[in-house]
Amino acid sequence: MRKRTWGFIASGLLVSLLLAGVVSSFASADPDGLESALREGCTVDAEGTVTGGDCPAQREEEHEIGGPLADYGVTGITDDALATGLSGVVGVLLTFALAGGGFWLVRRRTGQQPTGDGDAAQPTSTAGVG
Amino acid sequence: MEHLAMHISNGIINGPVAAIFAVIALAAMALCVQRGRQHLDDRLAPMAGLVAAFIFAVQMINFPIFTAGVSGHLLGGALAALLVGPWVGALCVAVVLTVQALVFGDGGVAMLGLNITNLAIIGTAAAYLLIVALLRVLPRTPAGLAVTAFVSALVSVVVAALGFVVQYKLGGAVDLGDNIAGLAGTIAGTHLLIGVGEGLITAMTVLTVAKTRPDLVYALRARGPIALSPVPAVGGAR
Repeated sequence: MRKRTWGFIASGLLVSLLLAGVVSSFASADPDGLESALREGCTVDAEGTVTGGDCPAQREEEHEIGGPLADYGVTGITDDALATGLSGVVGVLLTFALAGGGFWLVRRRTGQQPTGDGDAAQPTSTAGVG
Repeated sequence: MEHLAMHISNGIINGPVAAIFAVIALAAMALCVQRGRQHLDDRLAPMAGLVAAFIFAVQMINFPIFTAGVSGHLLGGALAALLVGPWVGALCVAVVLTVQALVFGDGGVAMLGLNITNLAIIGTAAAYLLIVALLRVLPRTPAGLAVTAFVSALVSVVVAALGFVVQYKLGGAVDLGDNIAGLAGTIAGTHLLIGVGEGLITAMTVLTVAKTRPDLVYALRARGPIALSPVPAVGGAR
């Protein structure tokens, strides 16, 4: 049972890696719904930089961190598809490690499966932050 | 590659309003950890990690929405709520947003509270309310689950996007005056179309998981939303 769950997790992770690593380079390069609404009233060049007019997007400021993977690329890699794919793979693994690890650490450790018990509030003796 | 950002950037909302929403987001996430723990067992914990990783991956794939020059991408609140429940689901989306802000320069770090409020809290909560309501009235069939997923995902995207409009009204960098209605209209219109994409992706994903491992779909569990009355399910004693 538990082995099958980990098998499912592994296949799901593989699908996520393929989506972020390969399919992501076929994504639309157009600004998303939020960004395009904030650019309303401005003219934008082919690079996506605001060139004139008057719109909220003009107030955008530099990101505090940036970093080597900023904008889903990789510093030093000029091939767009490769850079996007690599940063996507790193992002999927990092997100899985952080979320999965965090949830694993705070999970209930009573040793009982939740299936089968009623939906009344169960007194959780392990509720202390640990 | 051109500037690629899909969440609120620095400078769009002023500092004080961003700070207020950071406090709101932090408090909500603490509540989610407290409530979510009760559901997190050896099976749900890795599943929730996978849901977060999957949402990160799919968010990278912007799709065209058939209006000139605008794309959309998954937000993930409805998907997370369906697969791992509202409390853990909101945490999944929040982890994705945090990784994106800290590592990928997407969404200002100072704006993280605003983004978490819209996508993780409002998006997931709106979706979950609809999921509970729809699963009660629709037949418990794959079609019923698909319709639930599609509708809850679509509506949650529009509601989450309107969360941004409220934030912009409170502390937008440019005082739009009466034009805030124009911004609201534009945002609602594009996100209605994005919501169709969100609905299709969510329904397809949830149906796939439901067919292979129905026990891993929170919404189908005995202790899931169907077994509960709607009032406690959305924030009462549980």
